[in-house]
Amino acid sequence: MAGGSVPAVLPPFEAVVSAHGAMVLRVCRALVGPSDADDVWQETFLAALRAYPASSGVRNREAWLVTIARNKAVDHHRRAARIPVPDGAPGLGGEGADARGRGGRLPGGDGAGGGAPGGGDAVVRAVEAGETAAGVWAALARLPRMQREAVVYHHLAGLRHAEVAELLGNSEAAARRASADGMKSLRALLLPGGRVVRSGRDD
Amino acid sequence: MTELKLPAGLAALAGGEEAAAERLHAALARAAAQDGLLDVAYRIVDSPVGPLLLAATDAGLVRVAFAREGHDTVLEQLSAAVSPRVLREPGRLDGAARELDEYFEGRRHTFGLPLDLRLAGGFRREVLAHLPEIGYGHTASYAAVAALTSSPRAVRAVGTACARNPLPLVVPCHRVVRSDGSQGAYLGGTEAKAWLLALESSAASA
Repeated sequence: MAGGSVPAVLPPFEAVVSAHGAMVLRVCRALVGPSDADDVWQETFLAALRAYPASSGVRNREAWLVTIARNKAVDHHRRAARIPVPDGAPGLGGEGADARGRGGRLPGGDGAGGGAPGGGDAVVRAVEAGETAAGVWAALARLPRMQREAVVYHHLAGLRHAEVAELLGNSEAAARRASADGMKSLRALLLPGGRVVRSGRDD
Repeated sequence: MTELKLPAGLAALAGGEEAAAERLHAALARAAAQDGLLDVAYRIVDSPVGPLLLAATDAGLVRVAFAREGHDTVLEQLSAAVSPRVLREPGRLDGAARELDEYFEGRRHTFGLPLDLRLAGGFRREVLAHLPEIGYGHTASYAAVAALTSSPRAVRAVGTACARNPLPLVVPCHRVVRSDGSQGAYLGGTEAKAWLLALESSAASA
């Protein structure tokens, strides 16, 4: 992506991975579910590494990576579902012409919610935290696509609403609203303590 | 990275990514190497003269850096001078790490590693090419090294070439000393230079 008027000196790619690796993993977990997130994370960073030397004009590295991750998640769903994904996402200027489709369906998760992290030793706490996280991933997967993506890109990736809007192809106000609605729906899906409410909607 | 403050409801998703990302990093570096996307592989090893950064291209070892040079700065220089496709990939530096270990134990007197001298051009490179002629356990003055080159009076330039040697230890600039016999400066610090010369003189006479 050429764009900046002054070609900036790129930091070593290692610095990009260590600065943003955790954020991209959260986004991947949210977009394809925790079990497939590792593969999509790797595809994302391999694609980013491939495009990296030509990306000195990129001013927002987070948005650049989220765009690639989103494309890789679409590819993943396309492969997994083997159903055509309707085209129509706006050009995002990410890593090329591939994977411009909309995010397809997301895995529902198993909905296994754990209790809130409480006492006990570190291992028990880690397991409880993991179960709670699984519950939240499952709840996220139940949100309408636009709300889910707005929540993920704004709250998990840290993008501003304007940047989210660019990804979603809508206005900043619409992105802000989708994010707020998404958080409201998400909290409704979660009981205090993080337990997922079975809505029965797609059971 | 500015740590995100996750809103209630999403807070459970924080944590654990750092450990997972570390595990994923190793797989990424291997896959990048396989796909020909890893232009500079590096690792940091401990040594008797402090932590050393070792970096390699496809052509060979391209950089050895002491901690006082600033490893982050060195990585930025590699990104600018060689390629920004820089990743920590310890496996690619196994051979270099092993030979340096043997050297520090006094068991290795010459290095057999493929070297990539692209970071030193012109006269600097000519100087570096002559340094291995100073045998293990020996020293030579800057003037004596200059005399080996095409510019025998360029004594100061020999000093500069040594001070900017991209492959210290492996290309033995520590064996170049002042004409008055004092050790002179070293990019790893004067203490490191003294330690290396002491190591070599005891191991050479053992």
